[in-house]
Amino acid sequence: MTYFPEEVVEHIFDFLVSHRDRNAVSTVSKAWYQVERLSRRSVFVGNCYAVLPERVMTRFPGMKCLIVKGKPHFADFNLVPHDWGGFALPWIEAAAHGCPGLEKLRLKRMVVSDESLELLARSFPDFKALVLVSCEGFSTDGLAAIATHCRSLRELDLQENEVEDYGRQWLSCFPDSCTSLVSLNFSCLKGEVNGGALERLVARCRNLRGLKLNRAVSVESLIRILDRAPHLVELGTGSLTVDHHTEAYRRMINAFHKCKSLRNLSGFWDVDPRCLQSVYPVCPNLTVLNLSYAPSIQGADQVLDCIGDRGLVVVASTCKQLRELRVFPSDVYGTGTAAVTEEGLVAISSGCSKLNSLLYFCHRMTNAALITVAKNCPGFVRFRLCILDPGKSDPITNQPLDEGFGAIVQSCKDLRRLSLSGLLTDKVFLYIGEYSARLEMLSIAFAGDSDKGMIYVLNGCKNLRKLEIRDSPFGDAALLENVGKYETMRSLWMSSCEVTLGGCKALAAKMPRLNVEVINEWDESDETEENPSDAHKVEKMYVYRTLTGPRNEAPDFVWTL
Amino acid sequence: MSTTETGNSSTTESAVSGLDYEETQLTLAPPGGSRSELERKRGFSEGVDLSLETKDFLSGSSDEPPKPQVVGWPPVRSFRRNVLKSCTYVKVAVDGTPYLRKVDLEAYAGYQQLLTALEEMFSCFTARTYPNVRRLVDPVNGTEYVPTYEDKDGDWMLIGDVPWKMFVASCKRLRLMKSSEFVDIGCITER
Repeated sequence: MTYFPEEVVEHIFDFLVSHRDRNAVSTVSKAWYQVERLSRRSVFVGNCYAVLPERVMTRFPGMKCLIVKGKPHFADFNLVPHDWGGFALPWIEAAAHGCPGLEKLRLKRMVVSDESLELLARSFPDFKALVLVSCEGFSTDGLAAIATHCRSLRELDLQENEVEDYGRQWLSCFPDSCTSLVSLNFSCLKGEVNGGALERLVARCRNLRGLKLNRAVSVESLIRILDRAPHLVELGTGSLTVDHHTEAYRRMINAFHKCKSLRNLSGFWDVDPRCLQSVYPVCPNLTVLNLSYAPSIQGADQVLDCIGDRGLVVVASTCKQLRELRVFPSDVYGTGTAAVTEEGLVAISSGCSKLNSLLYFCHRMTNAALITVAKNCPGFVRFRLCILDPGKSDPITNQPLDEGFGAIVQSCKDLRRLSLSGLLTDKVFLYIGEYSARLEMLSIAFAGDSDKGMIYVLNGCKNLRKLEIRDSPFGDAALLENVGKYETMRSLWMSSCEVTLGGCKALAAKMPRLNVEVINEWDESDETEENPSDAHKVEKMYVYRTLTGPRNEAPDFVWTL
Repeated sequence: MSTTETGNSSTTESAVSGLDYEETQLTLAPPGGSRSELERKRGFSEGVDLSLETKDFLSGSSDEPPKPQVVGWPPVRSFRRNVLKSCTYVKVAVDGTPYLRKVDLEAYAGYQQLLTALEEMFSCFTARTYPNVRRLVDPVNGTEYVPTYEDKDGDWMLIGDVPWKMFVASCKRLRLMKSSEFVDIGCITER
């Protein structure tokens, strides 16, 4: 292969789509490294602190698409202090300087300022797609800049960001000449948008395939939009407060009926469960159904039904093509009437055999149910189960859920992501280490008995990339058992475990190419904490491989050892 | 001494006298009906039990009272939590007042607290409880207002008939309607 002309090698590399494959071929020889880096169009940086932005731009001058991730996953649950880091500006500045041909930027869990968005909007003449997931730090002013200056914008996808709302005019900033939008998602915005501007935008963007509205968009507006864009493939509704007796409800159903291409549905804010019946005619073609904002209404009144297990049974019987399902808890803290249980999950698994991605919050789960689910759906790629009560056992047998999760990992050979919950001993980790050959991300909470649990995982899961653990009895022995493993992984998070400062120091000393960050949120008034001993337990630790050494903009409460 | 207790005078007594006796008593409780004593007692016992619950939260079953929150658990993104929480803000309109207000129904534990809050919000009112109907009174001109709400079906309902949680789930907006407009078919004579 090394005797082929570069053009041929480059052409062959065109067929390599995954980042990992391209990374692999770039290590074969210097020649291949050169060919690969000049022909790489899409660059994925899984941890923004693993490498300097300038270095990425220098290596890949032809980059058209950049994907960067910032904060650790547990930042989603308020476990990472607010100003820990993950700033987008250095990346946008470096790209503006080194890769002005950039067309697509995707950022996850990063702090994005309006200044960054304005720089982005002005620096890349061919810019086509901006995807921001779980980011914060910007406002509708930044969005207005994007709408105003990005002439060839095809995609603006805002997923679950915290956005400051300064008014409804940002959408009107899309010029009349903008007809290129293919996908628009502003579901996370809290404020109203200009309804007329939205409808006109939808009408003139004939290629629009994905539209996700925010809660402020009314049913009337939705009906008008669906009438103008019946070719939508992905739809997120706005607020669906419409009584099923009314004319508006009928018109809404008619509008849905006309949308023959719908494959992905979400939204359903404030929906009365009876309204969901308007969805079912569309259901046979659905591959993704996101009910996360549909309330489970609690009450003694028979007329007020719940999504609940019964709702899931209906989903199971109609959505045969379903591949992904997420069921969130509406009653996050209370113990009210249980909305969904293991029965709903079993029903789903028997009805939707193509299910490969699941996020399921429930009040209880049994080993028997998990074993059945494992048998029904061997194709799970992502399986995240959250039993709301930490450490809860199988309510029928009072046993830990080791066998249930063991069945999942044994049956689902393609499992890449797993989140555990419920009462679990070291045994479940033995199963995971033994069977989860493809597992890349594992989330552990309130589980395990001893260091052995974590050691099984570190020694067993060959493809593990991200391990995040909270409130589990794993200590220094587990942390230091297989230190070389961490250079094969992106990151390790441990909080409220048994790891000590001494253990972290030992890890940092052995592995200079890891950043071992200890996050201290100690009281300033607590003097004993100023010089803690090595025996002191570390509350939060984040370990990641990096080429850059300790970061120079880390806040005071982060110690890189 | 009656200064630290709410009065136990029956409402029929006060109805006869035309004055709400409870109201004129000095109390530490918020003004209103006889429910407030019960609520204060419950509040105290909740304070005692909470510390016990903290120790036991890992061993509990779903039959136990609500557990205190563990940080970051359940793993629901704060974005989503905030979004699910904010749906209980409703507009409050008062007949004859040019501006509306908004209240978060989930901030209150029951009808009493809601009415107390409305009273404070529109500062001129005092609450009275007649046998069946709660009313708010503007002492300046004596106008009475009846608290009503619009439910999910679009009907205007009298506040107080259904259990509190059901009310929170179905209330879309509040309106303090002038008594003179309000026709109560089932109301017993109040005086």
